[in-house]
Amino acid sequence: MSARIAHIASNTFREAVRDRVLYNLIVFALLMSGAAILVGQISIDIERLVVINLGLTAVSLFGLVIAIFIGIGLVSKEIEKRTLYTVLSRPVRRWEFIVGKFFGLAGTLAVNTFFMAIGVFVSLLYVSHHFQKQDGWVLVALYFIVLQFLIITALTLFFSSFSSPLLSAVFAFSLFVIGSFAEDLRGFAAMSQGVTRWLATGAAYLVPNFSALNVISSVAHANPVPGQLILYNSAYALVYAAMALCGAVLVFERRNLK
Amino acid sequence: MSASRKVSLIFSILLLGCVAASVLLLRRLDQMRTGATLDEVLYISSPKLLKRLSLGYDGLLADIYWTRAVQYFGSKHHEGARRYDLLAPLLEITTTLDPHLLVAYEYGANFLAPKSPAGGGMPDRAIELEEFGIRNNPNDWRLYYNEGFIRYMELQDYAGAAEVFARGARVPNAHPFLAVLAGKMAEHAGDSQMAKMMWSTTYQTTKDNTVRANAAAHLRALQVDDDVTSLELLTGRYQQQTGHFPSSFSDLQAAGLLRGTPVDPLGHPYKLMSDGRVEVREPDDLPFIQRGMPQGYVPPDAPKFLPAD
Repeated sequence: MSARIAHIASNTFREAVRDRVLYNLIVFALLMSGAAILVGQISIDIERLVVINLGLTAVSLFGLVIAIFIGIGLVSKEIEKRTLYTVLSRPVRRWEFIVGKFFGLAGTLAVNTFFMAIGVFVSLLYVSHHFQKQDGWVLVALYFIVLQFLIITALTLFFSSFSSPLLSAVFAFSLFVIGSFAEDLRGFAAMSQGVTRWLATGAAYLVPNFSALNVISSVAHANPVPGQLILYNSAYALVYAAMALCGAVLVFERRNLK
Repeated sequence: MSASRKVSLIFSILLLGCVAASVLLLRRLDQMRTGATLDEVLYISSPKLLKRLSLGYDGLLADIYWTRAVQYFGSKHHEGARRYDLLAPLLEITTTLDPHLLVAYEYGANFLAPKSPAGGGMPDRAIELEEFGIRNNPNDWRLYYNEGFIRYMELQDYAGAAEVFARGARVPNAHPFLAVLAGKMAEHAGDSQMAKMMWSTTYQTTKDNTVRANAAAHLRALQVDDDVTSLELLTGRYQQQTGHFPSSFSDLQAAGLLRGTPVDPLGHPYKLMSDGRVEVREPDDLPFIQRGMPQGYVPPDAPKFLPAD
């Protein structure tokens, strides 16, 4: 079982590389080197702040775009090209296919993030000439970004298991935006009353909470990230991704592929 | 059971488990991060920069910042905070993003200007906010009223308040009360009737529940202050007539000084003390009172706002 999932995952990774997904790294490298040089010339005292903010935001946005645009095609492309039938005619279960696809894309994003993280640290070194102890928190922010990717990848897979690629992209991106304002949504829920309060609270707990996973501004100001937050965020992201993945499996199991 | 059904069953159970776990984890995260984004620091504090960064979606961003301002004040107030450092920048950002969001100016007048713990204790910033509002909404009488209110209540600048009320009274469709307030300012500055008139105007014209509850609490407090003053005058008169203080309100009734048992605005009978003083029974429910507090009473950190209606 795990071997079959690993095969599907590695094929998904190879396919993403063949699709030149990692070319985004060139754009990212150009962006970071340009920013590092420019920032050094026009910013006074906030070079590190700008490089961290810009770098981590770019890592997050590039990954988000990849997660959504690759994720929406993972199922539909296989159906369109009829390769899915070949895969499923072998002793591969439908749920193994979904889980394998998830790990494949998650791996692609992790590798991509690893190279972009190197870019961020090189830029940081360029503008400040040495690393500081608090730069370690940038790694935590990067880890949180990868956790965000896990959630987004699982959600995109969930939507693509029953919807068209375009609608899946719209749904996933909308959930990312809503999830970024999750704390405000819970604020609205707390302020409302009656049925609205229950509905808003339910919606607030159902949408992914990306705001807790976004510590970019905080680490840019060299604020430490509490250990408990790392622990709970990790558990939350894994549980939420598993939840979306279960949803995707349940839908895909019942989908008529004839 | 078929293999497909078995998979469906297992993943359904897993799904339910994950939903429950994610809700529990989210609750823990919420407990850890209460107001984190606001309490720590306001990373972008320049309203103009935010307006440019909003890429034209400044209306939505204003709504978000408005919600944050209300949440910030509400949560800090609930905690019994003495400082509201971010309230002014949050309201300034909100109004710069959407200068026509009138409720933000009203909120500023009612919660940014008053002294702690009822508000942020920044009347000058609140006046700047109202002036900004007036420049952008010159035909809205409420903004003149708000500014006059701050000048009267917080700065005791009666001449300034009269001038702003007079300006507001000239606005088309202004509330007729503005002209009355401007006219009576010189005559009644500083007395409780004037304060009652102003809080009543706020109570009647606001659409915001928190502002209305605050106005209602102030009106109740003014009523209590007046009641206690009048009742203590009566107990003093009784003492002059009989040589001792009344033991209960029925003594005052028997002496023909009082009709019925006096009750506070919440319907609780006042307490008559042996030394002739009059006290309220539930001082926590009557924030802002100046008179009638039980001896040794320490008000709670956060003034309690009862529902306005």
